[in-house]
Amino acid sequence: MSQPLLEIDRLRVDFDLPGGTVTAVKDLSFTVHAGETLALVGESGSGKSVSSTAAMRLLPELARPDGAIRWHGGQQPEDLLLVGAKRMRQIRGNEISMIFQEPMTSLNPLHRIGRQIVEVLTKHTALRGSAARERACSLLEQVGIPDPERRLGSYPHELSGGQRQRVMIAMALACEPKLLIADEPTTALDVTVQAQILSLLKDLQQRYGMAILFITHDLGIVRHFADRVCVMQQGERVESGPTAELFADPQHAYTRMLIDAEPRGRKAPVPDQTPLLLEAHDLRVRFPMKKRLFRPADYFEAVRGIDLSVKRGQTLGIVGESGSGKSTLGRALLRLLESRGDIRFDDTALDGLDTAAMRPLRSRMQVVFQDPFGSLSPRMTVGEIIGEGLRVHAPLLGRRERDARVQEALADVALDPAMRHRYPHEFSGGQRQRIAIARALVLKPELLLLDEPTSALDRSVQATVIELLRDLQHKHDLTYLFISHDLAVVRALADSVLVMKDGEVVEQGDTEALFSQPRHTYTQELMRAAFLDHQAA
Amino acid sequence: MMTDTAVSTPDSAGDSLAREAWRRLKQNKAATTSLVLLALITLACVAGPWLTPWALDEVDWNAFLTPPSPENGHYAGTDANGRDLLTRVFHGGRVSLSVALVATFVSLVIGVLYGAVAGFIGGRTDNLMMRFVDIMYSLPFMFLVILLMVVFGRNILLIYAAIGAVEWLDMSRIVRGQVLALKRREFVEAAQALGVRSHKIVTRHLIPNAIGPVIVYVTLTVPKVILLESFLSFLGLGVQEPLTSWGVLISEGKDMMETAPWMLLVPSAFLAVTLLCLNFLGDGLRDALDPKTR
Repeated sequence: MSQPLLEIDRLRVDFDLPGGTVTAVKDLSFTVHAGETLALVGESGSGKSVSSTAAMRLLPELARPDGAIRWHGGQQPEDLLLVGAKRMRQIRGNEISMIFQEPMTSLNPLHRIGRQIVEVLTKHTALRGSAARERACSLLEQVGIPDPERRLGSYPHELSGGQRQRVMIAMALACEPKLLIADEPTTALDVTVQAQILSLLKDLQQRYGMAILFITHDLGIVRHFADRVCVMQQGERVESGPTAELFADPQHAYTRMLIDAEPRGRKAPVPDQTPLLLEAHDLRVRFPMKKRLFRPADYFEAVRGIDLSVKRGQTLGIVGESGSGKSTLGRALLRLLESRGDIRFDDTALDGLDTAAMRPLRSRMQVVFQDPFGSLSPRMTVGEIIGEGLRVHAPLLGRRERDARVQEALADVALDPAMRHRYPHEFSGGQRQRIAIARALVLKPELLLLDEPTSALDRSVQATVIELLRDLQHKHDLTYLFISHDLAVVRALADSVLVMKDGEVVEQGDTEALFSQPRHTYTQELMRAAFLDHQAA
Repeated sequence: MMTDTAVSTPDSAGDSLAREAWRRLKQNKAATTSLVLLALITLACVAGPWLTPWALDEVDWNAFLTPPSPENGHYAGTDANGRDLLTRVFHGGRVSLSVALVATFVSLVIGVLYGAVAGFIGGRTDNLMMRFVDIMYSLPFMFLVILLMVVFGRNILLIYAAIGAVEWLDMSRIVRGQVLALKRREFVEAAQALGVRSHKIVTRHLIPNAIGPVIVYVTLTVPKVILLESFLSFLGLGVQEPLTSWGVLISEGKDMMETAPWMLLVPSAFLAVTLLCLNFLGDGLRDALDPKTR
């Protein structure tokens, strides 16, 4: 650990934007030693990705880096901000490689996997033709892709997200780099897949002796994975040190806040005699697959016969990984999707009701979606967005009364009512999510479907949104259907939990019982993957 | 991932989207210059013929094919029949601009509504509606125009109708594509969950969000319509002598290019400037109407 491999010395990155200069990174120094893992931790906008792209010299043209990035991987030390373009190309891929968050977009969808790996090999090594192909095959084998020979001929869309990330890792490893920069490599993946990818990286690190600069917002991963941690906030380093020390005794308030951001508390149960609000029996949703002439259409069943019941004031957590059918189930329960089976909402049978018959009920059941950027129309002001439901369900309301209700809803979600004349793009993710909640609340619903409402938010913002949801439930006696892949959040909010896999319920029960003694192996696997950090703690 | 940091500027006064867009458009130099030029050209075409000393079909027996000269009052020269070119360009502008305006507007209204409805409803309805568009595409344009002429006789309104009937097809396809992508966005689903009626979803959520590409396409349609009209007139199906249009003037000028270049250059200059201005204005409008560009 004597000789540093990468030395970032008082790095500063300014962006010359039309509106003025924005400093993304200021006075940042850290070192990465050969063979170790340094985690760069911070929330969005903390400058963690900018500093690593500066090391690869992949910054956009508007950026002005200053300071020094010394690379000790070559024959002599060199400053990566100053070396020539030709040498930089050599370093990129050969000595430093990078993997990204989005394995879907990092691979070219038009070319086969094999061709893309071979391309890297021919660019950086002397391997050609069948030798390169063999090497590609062995790389795929090393990153744990089954049947690598056949997979070389696959297109990216034929692989799962986890497999695509494995291919990206294989490409990054093609030239046995000394440093691997991993920029949120598991953020887009399911928890069980995330655990696999992390152990793969760890394994490969030992085999090749490479250093890893691991960029993430998730402290849970860091605790398990990194040797040293550097915490960043708004472009500056707030704290750094060996992982164990930092977690045991965080010095800076921001670090403590990040570590404590995990949602706390449990949901208080409702009285036993509380009436049921929502009930479903043998609910099935199917989507038609490819239709062919003169042949009955094939169907894909996304939800396969689910029974559930929620009492008024309760929260039902619906947990599962992507593709488990949890969102489909939620939409079907609110009759946003066609389904078969019985649904009862407060003594009304919902199944069989058409759009017009559903309309009066719509104000009593509302939705909050995952993506706070996609769920608000960019061409309407916040006031118009929130007020839209009132136009439908309370058409007699005057403009002034409607405005008053909108302001009330905004105040409810702890936003300044004066903001109602602005457009959604002016708000941050957490604020947008609050707006989406206000849109649902303005109608005074009884049932709220929350589809991953916190997944797109930073941990610290997540905690405040969860707190808000909890308060609102208490205040308005709301019933929640809470869809999430995040077990910690579900545990803090739900009365009972339903674990889904491939459209079926694998386990269902009281939250505490289910979390303390998961019976199904899949539930156990989920918990192991999600609570990695707790066992280590 | 995003942070919960503060928002840009604290102007909660509440500008309407239109006023906001107008303010941003005014900041765009190319767009404002274009707007002023377009206004001048339009004004000239409307008022010009009354100001010039010559009538549209008045022959100056002293000046056949004279180049532009202020001395004899023909500021843009005369044509082979001794008619004042500037007067004719102004008159032609009236026809060209009004055809462009009306036909584009017709194609805009029909195309946007048709495309948005097809895209939003989807499924079999979408299929039927778009196949109808395909059938319309496959009808030869000339055949359509000649048919209209035979049935209704020659009339300048028919040109408007014929061009409008063809131009909305492209627009409907563009809007449909936009809507197909937009309707999967969560804000549309949120509106459905609110119980918003379908026609409101189309008009309030889908069409405003598809406006960017539509505006750009409109600025491409206007020149296309002007050229189509001149093509029809060239074939003798459009406006007839002594009435004229820019297209007709250019095609006349083209024949006299070597002996009387001004006959080509003057109307071409008007047409070119108009089209350029429209393009700049379209770009500016698209940026101004997008609430994300601030």
